Amino acid sequence: MSKRRFPWHVVVFLAPAVIIYTLFMIYPLLDSLALSLQNKPANGPEIFVGLQNYHTLFTAEQWSKPFWNAFWNNVKFFIIHMLVQNPVGLLLAALLVTRIRGAWIYRTIIFTPTILSVVIIGFAWKLILNPAWGISQGILDAVGLGNLNQPWLGLESTTLPTLSLISVWQNIGIPMMLFLAALIRIPDELMEAARVDGAGAWTVFWRIQFPLILPTVGIVAVLTFVGNFNAFDLIYATQGALAGPNFASDILGTFFFRTFFGYQLQPGDPYMGATVAGVMLLIILTGVLVYLFAWQRRLQNIQF
Amino acid sequence: MGPVLIAHRPSLTAGSEPRVSRARWPRVIGIHIALIAYSILALFPVLLVILNAFKDKLTIFSAPYALPNRQTFTLEGFRTLEATANFPAYFLNSFLVTAGSLLLIILVSSMAAFAIAEYTFRLNTFFALYLSIGIMVPIRLGTIGILQLAVNLDLVNTLWILILVYTAQGIPLAVFVLTAFMRQLPKDLKDAARIDGASEYRIYWLTLPLVRPAIGSVLAISMIPIWNDLWFPLILAPGEATKTIVLGASVFLGQFVNDYNAVLAALTLAIVPAVVLYLIFSQQLIKGITSGAVK
Repeated sequence: MSKRRFPWHVVVFLAPAVIIYTLFMIYPLLDSLALSLQNKPANGPEIFVGLQNYHTLFTAEQWSKPFWNAFWNNVKFFIIHMLVQNPVGLLLAALLVTRIRGAWIYRTIIFTPTILSVVIIGFAWKLILNPAWGISQGILDAVGLGNLNQPWLGLESTTLPTLSLISVWQNIGIPMMLFLAALIRIPDELMEAARVDGAGAWTVFWRIQFPLILPTVGIVAVLTFVGNFNAFDLIYATQGALAGPNFASDILGTFFFRTFFGYQLQPGDPYMGATVAGVMLLIILTGVLVYLFAWQRRLQNIQF
Repeated sequence: MGPVLIAHRPSLTAGSEPRVSRARWPRVIGIHIALIAYSILALFPVLLVILNAFKDKLTIFSAPYALPNRQTFTLEGFRTLEATANFPAYFLNSFLVTAGSLLLIILVSSMAAFAIAEYTFRLNTFFALYLSIGIMVPIRLGTIGILQLAVNLDLVNTLWILILVYTAQGIPLAVFVLTAFMRQLPKDLKDAARIDGASEYRIYWLTLPLVRPAIGSVLAISMIPIWNDLWFPLILAPGEATKTIVLGASVFLGQFVNDYNAVLAALTLAIVPAVVLYLIFSQQLIKGITSGAVK
């Protein structure tokens, strides 16, 4: 069917998706990047300043201090997810894949927080951890650790780990489901053979199941990375845009929001806001590229 | 990015088949205890909120774990809610935005996926790659550009801007998943239809029912982030008339922080419908999310 006519139908099929995607995603991203290379003197037109805004963000005291604070908080936020959310998610998946009775009920229950809005979850935990209600005090009393109770969300030292764990609690359903899907695909025969050879559950898991789900481990890690460095809702909903106390829970998402919209006496600054977004884009792209080139290539080397 | 996972579709329902288990009963009981413990941890905050939403203030604090009884039962919180915030309208907005976005995502993505999977043309790979950039790059990073665009198009404080942004956000993964499925469809069917004189548009329409599982996946993956989003409603449509349930609840919660009755009632109203819907569709939802794989 070699038609010489221009294939209009291909254009018709592609155009709506390409136009909406370009107009509302790609163009704004590029526009925002372009904005990060400009600035506007107090009384004058917009001018091109090159990387000057980035330089300011990294070095000028009033910008660099909150930026690095938010950055390192975000790194801690990510590390806690990697150390708690993904291993526990994997553990739950490994327990569920043993196909004990009622596995689907557990799976449905454990996934429930994941479908709820972060705002709702964050606020529910805020109430529970509020010393005024006394729920956390009561629970700690019950296990004899009553004197350990603190206003977890109100102290600079505990607020970030607490928020990270709330986020872990909510999002654990995602790694659990992805790991479970990967574990289920492993043929029974493989594990049976190992068991016949006398391998225990522990050995079977580490020597057979875990190596076979390494691709999923990579995907979960990169999804966690992108999600964490783009997070905002939980902190905003529980601690407000100021990410208190004293910015102890500030992460890049809330820092970006404040920079762009302003807060208290500081007016919003679209140029610096775009610059912060530019840095976040760079961080996320770095993570994705590391995953694509280092992790996936490494896996291919192992497999073939 | 995702091909590893999408290559073979897992079937979670296979879990219901009894498998020859060599596990002895102490181990089985251990596993049950661990899973029950985690299930309690997962449900405890949700149940605590719902339970206390129907109790009077005194009992919320003095007996947080008690069930509401005839003396302590109250709907006071819900009355405050009704008097100060228009939750039914917020629900309607969330519903319109989510349904509208999902409809548009499915429509435009299936068309694009059909073109990419069905035809070989010069820019085929280019479009496939171009559309997949957004799988990993979060659309939020373009917020400043989106807000300026919304101002220029006079779409601020409309549900349309939310629908369009969520559609743009959903397209990359939807095209990716749908293309993978459409490539697997047999050519014969389509060629037979062509010989019968069917137009390309008609053939596209005929293939849609054949990729129903993929459409289900896309719906399952895209729905929750759209319904639950706070960022874009907060920035693009914060007006009273366009508030979504998540934004409406967040504003209300901020204003009534110390009124436990009202706050717990608001949380309950936001949680219960979502959980009921989830329980009804959880099998399909979970299957859809995992078979579409990359979140």
